[in-house]
Amino acid sequence: MKVLTLNFLTCAVKTCKSSSDSFPLHPKDAELASDDVEVNPQLLVNLLPRIDWNALRTTSTELGFPQLPEQPPTAEELGADEKVLKDLHSLLIETQIMEGKLVCGHCGHEYAIREGIANFLLPSHLV
Amino acid sequence: MLPTPSTSHVPYARVYEPAEDSFLLLDTLSSPSETAFLGSRFATPTPTPLALEIGPGSGVVLAFLTAHARTLLGRRDVVTLGIDINRFACRATAETHSRGAGHGHGTFLGAAQGDLAGAVRAHAVDVLVFNPPYVPTDELPAPPSPPSPPPAEMAPPGRDGDSPTTFAEDSRLLALSYAGGRDGMEVTARVVAALPRVLSARGCAYLLLCAGNKPEEVKAGIRGLEGAGRLWRAETVGTSGRQAGWEKLQIVRIWRDL
Repeated sequence: MKVLTLNFLTCAVKTCKSSSDSFPLHPKDAELASDDVEVNPQLLVNLLPRIDWNALRTTSTELGFPQLPEQPPTAEELGADEKVLKDLHSLLIETQIMEGKLVCGHCGHEYAIREGIANFLLPSHLV
Repeated sequence: MLPTPSTSHVPYARVYEPAEDSFLLLDTLSSPSETAFLGSRFATPTPTPLALEIGPGSGVVLAFLTAHARTLLGRRDVVTLGIDINRFACRATAETHSRGAGHGHGTFLGAAQGDLAGAVRAHAVDVLVFNPPYVPTDELPAPPSPPSPPPAEMAPPGRDGDSPTTFAEDSRLLALSYAGGRDGMEVTARVVAALPRVLSARGCAYLLLCAGNKPEEVKAGIRGLEGAGRLWRAETVGTSGRQAGWEKLQIVRIWRDL
């Protein structure tokens, strides 16, 4: 699963839904892979307004990527600075989490990721 | 006719094989009425839409959406995600996408194993597609066991998607793809109830129903959902042929006016 996916997922436990600590889930022991994908500047420009930037900053740091700036780049900055564009492309679109866990910051539940597939099925006592 | 993604690699003993319902979804999503609806709803410049398919199975519908995003939604910057309760289906969906790579328009994020949209962030989804287990059955099959609690080395091997599985386990995985319980609606009802939480303000959904699901009642129920001051709409936008006066299968589009 691509790193961008973490911006759209949260803990599956019902009682965690109301807690801001359940998003984003925190990668742990993550093994990453990188796909070679052609850069699509329009995709990045149009993704930025819908990304939770603070969550992405957290995810990026936890995966060992360089710290992202406090504010997301503007469309103009993306157009003008090829490095910013390429770094975001590499993080969001090319990087895959293949193995590891996703941990909820509220309840502590760990979701396993194997072969790039995260498993959000809950044990019966948490459903 | 837009090309249909190849699913020849999918293990059909344990993953639902594309059938009339899958193809009705493809036909409906690519019909003039729906490309016009989606194209105007997601006209640029607006943020990139996220499309989620619940229960993608082989991945044929989601990969079709990913591959033909520009034709179907009028833009290339579409990101797609699949969530299936069956781990083999997650693998199949990813494989169907990777085989179609290269001529795709959209960006496939991945497939996750999960129970419907339970792990999806509130109001994240712009296009939701669901071909549910709609066949009326006496009971619902048990879901696959989640990974055993730690210590992991104590876990019995092979229960949640690692080979080998038995014929009985394969049958149960397949049953999850079609068995819908009472009126074939037990699973669909949960997805309908989750729509106000899962869909974005501009979000829409395509839901497949069979005659046994009592589609008129389902649509009436959707129109009564909590909509934060905006009325939910539900209309049939695609049908398979009539059988004994009934539409056997239909696709219902669900949305709120912008």
